[in-house]
Amino acid sequence: MRKYYLEFEKPIQMMEEKIAELKKHLDSDFSVELREMERKLQYMLEMTYKNLTPWQISLVARHPERPIFSDYRDKLFDDFLEIHGDRNFRDDPAIITGFATLGNYRCVVIGEEKGKGTKDKLYRNFGMPQPEGYRKALRAMKLAEKFGLPVLTFVDTAGAYPGMEGEERGQGEAIARNLFEMSALKTQIIATVIGEGGSGGALAIAVADRVLMLENAIYSVISPESCASILWRDASKGPRAAEALKLTAPELLKFGVIDEILPEPIGGAHRQPEETIAIVRKALLRHLDELVRISIPKLVQARYQRFRGLGVVQVQD
Amino acid sequence: MAWFVKPQYTIKKSATIKQNEGLWTKCPECHSIIYNQDWENNLHVCPHCGFHDKLNAFERIQMLIDPGTFVETFNNIVSADPLNFNDGTPYIEKVKNAMLKTNLKDAVVTGYGKLEGHMIELAVMDFNFLGGSMGSVVGEKITLAIENATKHKRPLVIVCASGGARMHEGILSLMQMAKTSAALKRFSDEGGLYIAVLTNPTTGGVTASFAMLGDVIIAEKKALIGFAGPRVIEQTIKQKLPPGFQSAEFLLEHGFVDIVVERKDLKSTIARVISYIKGK
Repeated sequence: MRKYYLEFEKPIQMMEEKIAELKKHLDSDFSVELREMERKLQYMLEMTYKNLTPWQISLVARHPERPIFSDYRDKLFDDFLEIHGDRNFRDDPAIITGFATLGNYRCVVIGEEKGKGTKDKLYRNFGMPQPEGYRKALRAMKLAEKFGLPVLTFVDTAGAYPGMEGEERGQGEAIARNLFEMSALKTQIIATVIGEGGSGGALAIAVADRVLMLENAIYSVISPESCASILWRDASKGPRAAEALKLTAPELLKFGVIDEILPEPIGGAHRQPEETIAIVRKALLRHLDELVRISIPKLVQARYQRFRGLGVVQVQD
Repeated sequence: MAWFVKPQYTIKKSATIKQNEGLWTKCPECHSIIYNQDWENNLHVCPHCGFHDKLNAFERIQMLIDPGTFVETFNNIVSADPLNFNDGTPYIEKVKNAMLKTNLKDAVVTGYGKLEGHMIELAVMDFNFLGGSMGSVVGEKITLAIENATKHKRPLVIVCASGGARMHEGILSLMQMAKTSAALKRFSDEGGLYIAVLTNPTTGGVTASFAMLGDVIIAEKKALIGFAGPRVIEQTIKQKLPPGFQSAEFLLEHGFVDIVVERKDLKSTIARVISYIKGK
């Protein structure tokens, strides 16, 4: 039984509970009524998830049961060896780095980790990295560059942590340095936005040759709540801000910010984590197959051009 | 009509301030009253408390560039409205108002000119234009300036003053961080010298991109410089920040700024850095 339902999933919850109740009392699954109800549930899920508003998508992107990086780490790769630390200050648990095997590829993997359960979440600082997290990520990327391994990053953060220590240790500098170095890193980089792509904290590991995004993930310059509290001094106007910010995958595809939308199973990634991870795995393998065929100088040039071309301006005569 | 009616208007209190306009300026920090001429001569720095008030882009250019040598570039680039953003006032309207208010096209002015005889490529941000926020225009103009500096092998100086990314342009604002940083990487690989000048305030997406990527980073005295704004941090950690947190001096102490200068020494300091690295 699922534990957590979003507000707009209430009808789905009721239906699922009814079905569960019915199943308890019936000896056979072949009851016509039950089958009818399951069909209806499937239809409800499909309809609900096909027509999500940007705000609802933001909620799904942060769903407590949505697969997070550690799920991908454990199930997407054939094996994984974690490496720790930025060699300067400490190991930031909000970013996990390591070596992994994916099919025929050996790669360096970097992911923002929100954590599971209260204790782990606190340990991971809810997936909000400190500067040393970004520096660890950069160190891993430099290793990848040195040994010719592709880099796979997984974006899932509300943002870089806005605290005192982060400021003391140069949060801005750490992010800037990553953008600077990633733009010319001499190896393949694929970034996948699996949940929340929170501003600079997301971009700092997403200057990539391919940027993929799950259907119900978001990627934005600012969270809808913060945007609302700046614009209207009212964080509860998040739904309106989510609409205005155009932070959903189809919008980002239009702007050329992402390359591909990875469809989630019906009812969202949190209903079928394994299937979601399999979808991501398949997509990563396909993109790796394409990228390794491109020479590194060409790849770096194309990466530069990609980011060089982003932005919309008017030129007056 | 009755003799005594409650007035239907309220008295505007700004009348007293208006009287001072044109003659006197009040220091925003220590509130001492300064004769306008002194204020101008002192480059908008309070002679009493040393507070560095904001300069607009052209005041800054005048202060840094040798007279008659500045050539503005790319001033035909203006904001579009890719998101169709409307928070009550349409974004385009906001940009138009900012243009009228500041007489600028956007929050950055780019160009080239001589600084104590050194030909430099220059970009100057203006906080008065929508908080110096970086949208597509700022990102594009700064990138073009970097590319120009690369092409002509000129030292590059960017004077930062910004509240961060311009949320009215959503994700495209965020992408300007990657764009400018990528251009700086190329410039750097070509051996270009980039001096970042951080002025009050430099925060958010600008700090997390080109502001922190200078070969040499110079900050104006007491300037607020940070990734997250002080209000955001206070809300996050639920306590007050100590005085001087995120000041230029604080960044110097923590190793993120090379030199902290008073405004009157800024030009000569930049010139010295260029001379040391590139020769006279």
